[in-house]
Amino acid sequence: MWAYIVRRVLATIPVMAVVALFVFSLLYLAPGDPAAVIAGDQATPDDVERIRASLGLDRPYLVRFGAWVWDILHGDLGTSIFTNLPVSHMIAQRIEPTLSLMVVTLILAVSIAVPMGVVAAWKQGTSIDRAVMAFAVLGFSVPVFVVGYLLAFVFALELDWLPVQGYTPFREGFIPWMENLILPAVALGGVYIALIARITRATMLEVLSQDYIRTARAKGAGQRSILFLHALKNAAVPIVTIIGIGIALLIGGAVVTESVFAIPGLGRLTVDAILRRDYPVIQGVVLLFSFVYVLVNLLIDLLYTLFDPRIRY
Amino acid sequence: MTLGRRGVLAGAAASVAAPRVVGAQSAASRTLRVIPQANLTSVDPVWTTAVVTRNHAFLIYDQLCAQDASGAIRPQMAEGWAVSDDQLAWTFTLREGLAFHDGEPVRARDCVASINRWARRDPFMQVLWPNVAEIIALDDRRFRFRLHRPTPLLTLALGQTQFPCFIMPERIAQTDAFQQIRETVGSGPFRFIPGEWNPGQKAVWARNERYVPRQEPVDGLAGGRVPRLDRIEWTIIVDSATSANAINQGEQDYWEYPLHDLLPLLRRNRQVVVEQRLQDGTYGIARFNTLQPPFNNPAIRRAVAMAVDQRDYLRAVAGNDQAGWGVCEGVFTCDTPLANTAGSEILQTRSIERARAALREAGYNNEKVVLITPGDYPQINALSLVTADIMTRMGMNVEVISTDWGTLVQRRASREPVERGGWSIIHTTASGQSLALPVFHLFLRANGPNAWFGWPNVPEVEQLRGEWVEKGADAAEGRRIAQALNAAAMREMYYMPLGYYWQPSAWRRNIQGVFRAPATVFWNISKT
Repeated sequence: MWAYIVRRVLATIPVMAVVALFVFSLLYLAPGDPAAVIAGDQATPDDVERIRASLGLDRPYLVRFGAWVWDILHGDLGTSIFTNLPVSHMIAQRIEPTLSLMVVTLILAVSIAVPMGVVAAWKQGTSIDRAVMAFAVLGFSVPVFVVGYLLAFVFALELDWLPVQGYTPFREGFIPWMENLILPAVALGGVYIALIARITRATMLEVLSQDYIRTARAKGAGQRSILFLHALKNAAVPIVTIIGIGIALLIGGAVVTESVFAIPGLGRLTVDAILRRDYPVIQGVVLLFSFVYVLVNLLIDLLYTLFDPRIRY
Repeated sequence: MTLGRRGVLAGAAASVAAPRVVGAQSAASRTLRVIPQANLTSVDPVWTTAVVTRNHAFLIYDQLCAQDASGAIRPQMAEGWAVSDDQLAWTFTLREGLAFHDGEPVRARDCVASINRWARRDPFMQVLWPNVAEIIALDDRRFRFRLHRPTPLLTLALGQTQFPCFIMPERIAQTDAFQQIRETVGSGPFRFIPGEWNPGQKAVWARNERYVPRQEPVDGLAGGRVPRLDRIEWTIIVDSATSANAINQGEQDYWEYPLHDLLPLLRRNRQVVVEQRLQDGTYGIARFNTLQPPFNNPAIRRAVAMAVDQRDYLRAVAGNDQAGWGVCEGVFTCDTPLANTAGSEILQTRSIERARAALREAGYNNEKVVLITPGDYPQINALSLVTADIMTRMGMNVEVISTDWGTLVQRRASREPVERGGWSIIHTTASGQSLALPVFHLFLRANGPNAWFGWPNVPEVEQLRGEWVEKGADAAEGRRIAQALNAAAMREMYYMPLGYYWQPSAWRRNIQGVFRAPATVFWNISKT
């Protein structure tokens, strides 16, 4: 097991190298000029060129890429072109809100979606099943920002139960922290709940038709025991897989959710950096997201062994 | 009035912890929570021309002289200035008691270093710079400009609002003008708190207890800049609907640039004031690429201008309420001394049919017109789409490329034909201040390769501009030259003025002392 973990962690190095090359190349080829944005309308072409040179943007592709990789190997993600602040500092400022949003959404989604999927499979063909599936379709179909606006309208503007926008750090108290996260987490969780509920239902239906479930019923096992002990545990591998895949969905959705609820997270940082062509920040954040995604996949692979003892590494 | 759960909870909490809450409320009441027009990405007002950075700079830095509400330049840090009889020496004297945020006194050499750095980037001062022989500090409180020739526009340049000359400590001002400074030490009424700066989310300033304001009442950007707030917190909210909700719910106090679509929603709330605070309107501009077909032909540019009805553009941007915009068919800011419409009759044609006929006569041969529009700038996007519609109705072969601002600013620098990544027409907006005088009117310049994108080459315009710099201080002469400039610009039509719209601000009713000014500043404002 430990050898496997070490192998997988080492395997992230070439993956990250490919990601780094890909991101850097895409940004190099993408249109846009941060020097022109900085210089403003009044600047002469010479001014723009001088700013470009001062930022090192006039250097050849390979020189720039080499310098960036060299800095990363020394633990330096670079400095933002615009703010003059270290990229690692900017990421550190933004990581807590995004992490909080994702954790709350994950907990909320899994604790709602898995029971929904189990119940839908158990009550297959009934109105409960259809209601769950209808919700799942709705969750997939309605864009996150629409759900966000509706939630803000009802729970913040009309009922005045929750704040419209913003983020309160966890250190300032659990309640204020949670107050700011409930609406964004529900908005972001809609798609995720739909995805997990559908997969849970489909997997459970397959498991519930297996011989060992019939045997369990025949020996007089209770419904709850059949559903949660025998069936759900055997259905867990695909469910855990989809939860892992859904992390990417959450990262993408966080960009919109953070905009609608003015949460100062990594999603907003990424969008702002892209719009301004703040290359070091884009590269740093994309590298971080890629690394997180690789780690999540590793974690999911390790979780398989918990749910299915037949899996060995 | 409805009382929500949060209100009830707050009331209950207040009853058990009254003293603490009272303390917290008084602190909160001295903090102004602002939604700025954009993200504060840089803190160096020389390095970047971003308006949001300039507004930040007004908080932490001070100016030698500043514009009052009438546009006149009045002393600010300067006690005053004396001009020699031959007008070749200007001696500025600083007020007593000025100090930087780090406790160091403001000295004349700080002013000299700041002026030198700023002059390398400010287009206005660059015009005057050949007249400057030297700037020297005479002692701690006095410095002198020695000039080669009389330069009556000197204080106008130093006191302008467009690209203000802010005074920094000498050790910071010695940074190259093309390198971004790292320290934010000024002598203005507020101090920047770098530790709380989270670009894209928050920026915070605290009152500068050492600041010594002038004794005169505030007047535009002149007069006493009295800091009446303990803290100013900018929260970046990119979504306009969320910003409107935050203002309506009292989660934020001041919104600098509300979207016009949301103004009725804000006006319905009795706790919110929606008013025009900035003194100048925002002017729309359509710019032709004069190097490439079809707009290298002035007759085709004029044909398009004949189809323009500024009211269509302004409705598209600011809605049907005519109090929110105005037609302005000259190149200079309306209601300013140089405003005129000499030769502007072409913009009063407002006829697609006549434009179509003029287009035929001009020899338009169905060349492709590439119009680039920034989808992430709603106002400029709206202006662009109106022009696209006009040209399509005229029968032109129009391709609209919708992109983001970052891409547009790169692509507009291309002088290539449209087939090789070039462009035909772009749009932008500019503040009224920036179009008031020929000396810094960016879009009027017609010096070929050195002109703004579109690169018009009209020697007559450049010659008139130079004449204005020499003789413009004389009102009658300045006006004559301005009329000639307007006529030449209309004849060549290398850019089309599209009128102006007002950009109101919104604030909660408990915000007091908000005054009209050429820029968004927060001194003299309090919160009850």
